[in-house]
Amino acid sequence: MMGRALLAAILAGVAAGLLLTVVQMWRVTPLILEAETYETGAVPDHAGWTLPGGGRLILAHAGHDEEGHEAWAPADGIERTAYTALANILTGAAYSLILLAGMMASGRPVTAATGLVWGGLGFLVFQLAPAAGLAPELPGMPAADLFARQVWWWATVAATAGGIACIALARPVAVKALGAVLIALPHIVGAPHPESHASDVPAGLAASFAANSLAASALFWIVLGGLLGWAVARQMSEMTKTAEA
Amino acid sequence: MLTQSQSVSPSVSLGVQERIKVAAAALALGLVLLGGVGFAGASVLHNAAHDTRHAVGFPCH
Repeated sequence: MMGRALLAAILAGVAAGLLLTVVQMWRVTPLILEAETYETGAVPDHAGWTLPGGGRLILAHAGHDEEGHEAWAPADGIERTAYTALANILTGAAYSLILLAGMMASGRPVTAATGLVWGGLGFLVFQLAPAAGLAPELPGMPAADLFARQVWWWATVAATAGGIACIALARPVAVKALGAVLIALPHIVGAPHPESHASDVPAGLAASFAANSLAASALFWIVLGGLLGWAVARQMSEMTKTAEA
Repeated sequence: MLTQSQSVSPSVSLGVQERIKVAAAALALGLVLLGGVGFAGASVLHNAAHDTRHAVGFPCH
């Protein structure tokens, strides 16, 4: 059971990741490429900052390795698209496995239809809740410290998932109320933001990117949930038939 | 019409222990993959997954 369930989840994730790639190429990536033309200017470039006295401060996240060599990056065009597709497929597999874990842990019946609900919950937990604090950002837009944002992202995902579990799975009203508090908590604390949002990237481009990025993700999650629910339900019914034979 | 034995509920078809084992393995594998694609700091991984990180809302840069 274990191996087949994991494989089914990975395959559902790969399929949803491929669909996401197509939608992104159409609606999202062109906006990223356009934003990159604004990436110089007020925003420090990726190579770091020049210190007083002429030294260079090179960040670990900059486009150079520790010895100052230019780090590898895929060439623009087919190579860059191929790596994006690969990253999307791996993201799809990762989210699919996490969704499978939720389905199994909940003990609720799984069908293609309930899979759609699971997909919707995945969208709420991994996309919408984090985006409410940290809107999907374009290259060239100022942002707070990367590590602080990553910590807030994970904390928000964990709190939202935990909150939904409390509301959906627990009976006592007090636990359901605790779930609601958990969902609200990251937004009461607030996401890390830069001192100024001033940027050379046009506001309309950023708004269009945030909307299209979330719309593409919503489609991805709904398709992923439906596919995974269908695959898991099929396996369960095959197992039951085998057990009866 | 579905009878009870054809139910696709994992709670019926699978024991609690088996369900928790699958859930733990899937969660561990999923989190490792997600960390590598969306959050690893290495420049090469960042550059390869750059457009995905922006497009799916992982904090980037």
